Amino acid sequence: MKYSFDKINNLISNLSIAAIIIFLLFPLTNYAQKDFQKKYQTQMILAETGTIIELPEGSFSLTNTLSLEGKKKITIRGKGMDKTILSFKNQTDGAEGIRVSDGSEILLEGFTVQDAKGDAIKTMHVTGISFHDVKVEWTGAPGPENGGYGLYPVQCESVLIDHCVAIGASDAGIYVGQSKDIRVTNSKAYHNVAGIEIENSLRAEVYNNEAVENTGGILVFDLPDLIQKKGGQVKVYNNSIHDNNYENFAPKGNIVAAVPSGTGLMILATKEVEVYNNRISNNQSAGTAIISYFTTGKPIKDKNYDPFPSAISIHDNIYVRKTGLPVGKDPLSFIIGKKFGEEVPNILFDGIRNPQLLDTQGKWVLGQCISILNNKGQSIANLDAEHGFKNMVRADDSLNCNN
Amino acid sequence: MGGKPDVFPEKLSEWKIYKGNLSLLQPAKGLIPYALNTPLFSDYAEKLRFIRLPEGSSINYSAPGVLEFPEGTLLVKNFYYSADNRKPGINKNIIETRLLVKNNSGWKALTYIWNDEQTEAFLEIAGDEKMVSFINKEGIKQDIRYVIPNQNQCKGCHNSNDQLMPIGPSVSQLNGDYHYSTGTMNQLVYWKQQGVLHNLPEKTAIPRTAVWNDPSSGSLNDRARAYLAINCSHCHRREGPAQTSGLFLTESETNSTVLGINKTPVAAGKGSGGRMVDILPGNAYESIIWYRMQSHAPGERMPELGRTSVHEEGLALIKEWIDKMKSID
Repeated sequence: MKYSFDKINNLISNLSIAAIIIFLLFPLTNYAQKDFQKKYQTQMILAETGTIIELPEGSFSLTNTLSLEGKKKITIRGKGMDKTILSFKNQTDGAEGIRVSDGSEILLEGFTVQDAKGDAIKTMHVTGISFHDVKVEWTGAPGPENGGYGLYPVQCESVLIDHCVAIGASDAGIYVGQSKDIRVTNSKAYHNVAGIEIENSLRAEVYNNEAVENTGGILVFDLPDLIQKKGGQVKVYNNSIHDNNYENFAPKGNIVAAVPSGTGLMILATKEVEVYNNRISNNQSAGTAIISYFTTGKPIKDKNYDPFPSAISIHDNIYVRKTGLPVGKDPLSFIIGKKFGEEVPNILFDGIRNPQLLDTQGKWVLGQCISILNNKGQSIANLDAEHGFKNMVRADDSLNCNN
Repeated sequence: MGGKPDVFPEKLSEWKIYKGNLSLLQPAKGLIPYALNTPLFSDYAEKLRFIRLPEGSSINYSAPGVLEFPEGTLLVKNFYYSADNRKPGINKNIIETRLLVKNNSGWKALTYIWNDEQTEAFLEIAGDEKMVSFINKEGIKQDIRYVIPNQNQCKGCHNSNDQLMPIGPSVSQLNGDYHYSTGTMNQLVYWKQQGVLHNLPEKTAIPRTAVWNDPSSGSLNDRARAYLAINCSHCHRREGPAQTSGLFLTESETNSTVLGINKTPVAAGKGSGGRMVDILPGNAYESIIWYRMQSHAPGERMPELGRTSVHEEGLALIKEWIDKMKSID
């Protein structure tokens, strides 16, 4: 014993402490991290129905996607969003941090996914997907090199996103696409291009969330050329949507790259959307915008696509806006600023109505109108986008119809 | 879903698909070697494929699409690097052998990773990665970080309506010559002679996929479409995992927007590379498809799986195709 102790002492005196640390610790750390990836990936592959996969407390570096495929009734559970951190900063393979596909009754809870190279958590073709106490974030200053989507259920049914946080996505922090029966609640999204986005989805409720300091707070979109079209029946209520004035940092080409900085809520070409009891404040370009796909300026080739919003009801919200020019650097913000100066109306409607939903007098047929009623601080602009914004006017009493 | 996993041999040798020294990949009786006209690019790995049907069973001719194989069919694909690509087959470094096995519940994907001694390969479900180096066709040493997919990632590509499926062996991909030990012959004719393929129609009635790098086999358009089909359309088609994108690259697709021409991306994120459309006719550089093919970055590169390097020759083909494409409205 004595002999070997002396030997170690000699060794230490011959090598610098730093060299020993590098020599001993680095290979071990790398080994441990690779081991973590393999251990949990193997568990996810072998998991039988009803399994709970427990992730330990700590920060773990992963280099490849962790995937769960073809499983039923599986929980992946960490020790809490601030206690179990899965970092993908050194990711070399895979287009997302975590991927769940072709499953049912999947619960993800109690962990953070950090700095994924692509999307943070993508789930596809899952019936019954729940995210609870999950954070997805890109650390550092938000920029176009960040991944696109944070929480990303697509073509799923029965989606629940509850008590989650999304930060820094270069597209949407919380994005639900081409899905059905959705609840997004008690969650917070900030420093994303889009905070929360519901796209081409049916029956979504977005409530009790905070969308703050994104480029656009909450987006309800319907886009062409997708498998699930005709999204709608969306309710947005009891949310706090404020200070969404972050500069748009989406890579060009993506639809959200066209969202003006300073957008609180945007409804694009979606049907049956009800927005109520929200506090929508200090979104300096467009507190709320209701637009058709034509206003994006993009061509439409999908013959089955309906580019018009209709049956929209916006009521009993509180609007607040600081005096000042629109903050967006896009053409729309520029035109609005030129027309309205520092007093931009809180609600902007592009004025384009589906002619098939108008009667012979040019009035909306019953139940299809864009209704804006009873909001505190309500002020409306009709942008007249159809005629190149020529007759853009304040139209505070123009949309007082009932659906 | 979620049932007891099937039990498969831990060692490749237990499958008894090779005779003699395992690393020579000499097929045992009943295995037929085959090749595809235009194969998937896998980081410059060479591939040796075999098919084995259960004794006495056969396949009925069908087209288009992957053939309908009988239960008990085994598809074998070996991935290896020759030390010098100018001398293929000599000093092989075999990395992995993938098996697709069709049993009564459908297809199963298994990956066997070879040991460094090249004496055995072992079943691995969680994937791995290996550094490989070889002399490429230009005589230059090339190093590649070769990634072996995990079991879930197999289904990331081998997926049709969420069912695991083979990708390659369609009639049109098999409609080409193979150099058998007994001589060179059209593969479909050989399969017919061996009694494993029935109802083969007249030669002129059989579709044929162009060979991506052989201009005598098809026009630039045919070769580019064949390349995109095998490299992309396993995901990018209506039944595939990239159905959410609305970009479908099967050989039979005729809708120009769906093919990506002047099509805006849906969820490309930074994969757009700041480009506005998937294909801008006449300008590959401004096309997202070109951008994602030349990217190394995870989250940008396409295909998502199966490569860490750029397929320069495939990229050149797609670039030429887009650059020469006339704009359409």
